[in-house]
Amino acid sequence: MQPVLELRHVSRDFPGHRAVDNISLELERGGFYSLLGPSGCGKTTTLRMIGGFEQPSAGDVLLNGSVVNALKPFERDVSTVFQSYALFPHLTALGNVEFGLRERKLADRKPRAMRALELVQLTGKHDRTPAQLSGGERQRVALARSLVLEPQILLLDEPLAALDPKLRKEMRTELKAMQRKTGITFLFVTHDQEEALSMSDKVAVMNQGRIEQFGTPEEVYLRPASRFVAGFLGAINWFGKAGVRPESTRVSRDRPDHVPCCRAAVESTLFFGNVVHVNSVLDEGGRAVAELLRTQTTGEQNHFKEGEPVWIHWEPADELHFE
Amino acid sequence: MSPRLHINVRRLFLLPARVWMTLFFAAPIAIVVSYSFLTRGDYGGVEQPWTIENFTRLADPLYVAILWRSIWIAALSTALCALLGFPLALFISRSGRRRNLYLQLVLLPFWTSFLVRTYAWLFILRDTGLVNTVLMRLHLIASPLQLLYNDRAVLLGLVYNFLPFFVLPMYATLERLDPALLEAAADLGARPFATLWRVVIPVSAPGFVAGSVLVFIPCLGAYLTPDLLGGGKTVMLGNLVQNQFTTARDWPFGSAASLVLMLASALLLASLMRSRMARELM
Repeated sequence: MQPVLELRHVSRDFPGHRAVDNISLELERGGFYSLLGPSGCGKTTTLRMIGGFEQPSAGDVLLNGSVVNALKPFERDVSTVFQSYALFPHLTALGNVEFGLRERKLADRKPRAMRALELVQLTGKHDRTPAQLSGGERQRVALARSLVLEPQILLLDEPLAALDPKLRKEMRTELKAMQRKTGITFLFVTHDQEEALSMSDKVAVMNQGRIEQFGTPEEVYLRPASRFVAGFLGAINWFGKAGVRPESTRVSRDRPDHVPCCRAAVESTLFFGNVVHVNSVLDEGGRAVAELLRTQTTGEQNHFKEGEPVWIHWEPADELHFE
Repeated sequence: MSPRLHINVRRLFLLPARVWMTLFFAAPIAIVVSYSFLTRGDYGGVEQPWTIENFTRLADPLYVAILWRSIWIAALSTALCALLGFPLALFISRSGRRRNLYLQLVLLPFWTSFLVRTYAWLFILRDTGLVNTVLMRLHLIASPLQLLYNDRAVLLGLVYNFLPFFVLPMYATLERLDPALLEAAADLGARPFATLWRVVIPVSAPGFVAGSVLVFIPCLGAYLTPDLLGGGKTVMLGNLVQNQFTTARDWPFGSAASLVLMLASALLLASLMRSRMARELM
């Protein structure tokens, strides 16, 4: 099957620095993809090149197999949900959703726009202006405005960043459901690894303008291709050259048998409700965090005393190694 | 700070402005209002008895025509300022680092007096002025064109003098325009002209309102420009008021005419304040 989007050795230079450095990527139609990385890693620039707001300095952007480098945003069959939503303040929710339909001279504008508003659960609020809507509702209008055009790809630029934490988590489930329902390819830009892992079919982890790894959430989390990917996708404890995730790290008062281990002193215990974090200082230097499920810890383990000597251990299979 | 002290401090801070406004704004207005209900003195000035005749005289078709003419010329000047000022403000707002230079150029005429600038137009437009001399030297015309002393000359003078008053608020509005809105419009398939028409212009409506008010109101009361460039033929309400206080020495009628002018401006402002656009502007 032909990829809906293909980036071929794409670079983007700005005066003084290279924002995107020779990246290649192929996205299959109908998937949910994420570009994940810290701020300044080039993920937004990449998104803007796909949307047509930036030109690649080198390489090609292909949509459905044809090079679109020279096409303006209004000539490309992609749509962006902007971080600030960029809703038109002088138009109602319905007017915003109809905007693109009018520009593309499509028929049945109103019923289509109403259906899109229904999809994002804004039925009954179609005649409100952006100023009369909450942050979450504005974002839904922005989504409907893009989805109604049924673009080849929907580009989402950190759309959840402005929402409060509870709403953010709800929107993850909802966005994924919307993607599955519409079958539109989503490319989601975020710096939040939980967001990327929980929603995506595949994640591209970016750092310093490059894609360090492109794989399923399980692959990038369990088999990270680099120290950077391992560290960015979650906390990691370093025992010499081996890295171990906190949830694979164990603590005990007695020396364990037949597994790698080292001596440490408890620094603090943090109770999160569902999990307990035991922070410790290793005797050979460095620190380690053990994340224990509350349901699997004994009451005793929740109450390691500060300064108490313990053994930190893990299964060899859980070790991550990098060259 | 206790709430009471806070209020007293506020009163103290407002005191200078209050005194100033009472002495130099409210008192003169009160004088104008009382004059407008008095009778013209034999040698200028005002005397008893009280009358409303000054206002009934204004209903004379001659004066009504002057009022309509003033509104028409002011409206036309405003429309021309908008037509010239909007593209200019848009250009400046999108000029990056050079925008300050361009803004200075827009403000440059303010470095000389209003009177001098208007006289300069006399030298450009009169029969032996710059335009006619050049056209005649080039043998494009045989005799001088009548460029002065008509409505067009007055319009030219008003637009020239008041254009910066439209450009500045328009620029302020356009400068605040979120660039993401333009990108969103392009993203949804709008070509540049459609973006201008469907996004930029409606979103900058407050700038249009502010600029139009700042141009329309002084144009409505203009007297110097119609006097100099219109040669007294293009009489506007401002000229009528001026004449009553100088040549005609009829202060009560002049006061009545100026009150009607003020009322017309106030009504216009009030209706704008009620509109949705103005609420967004505030």
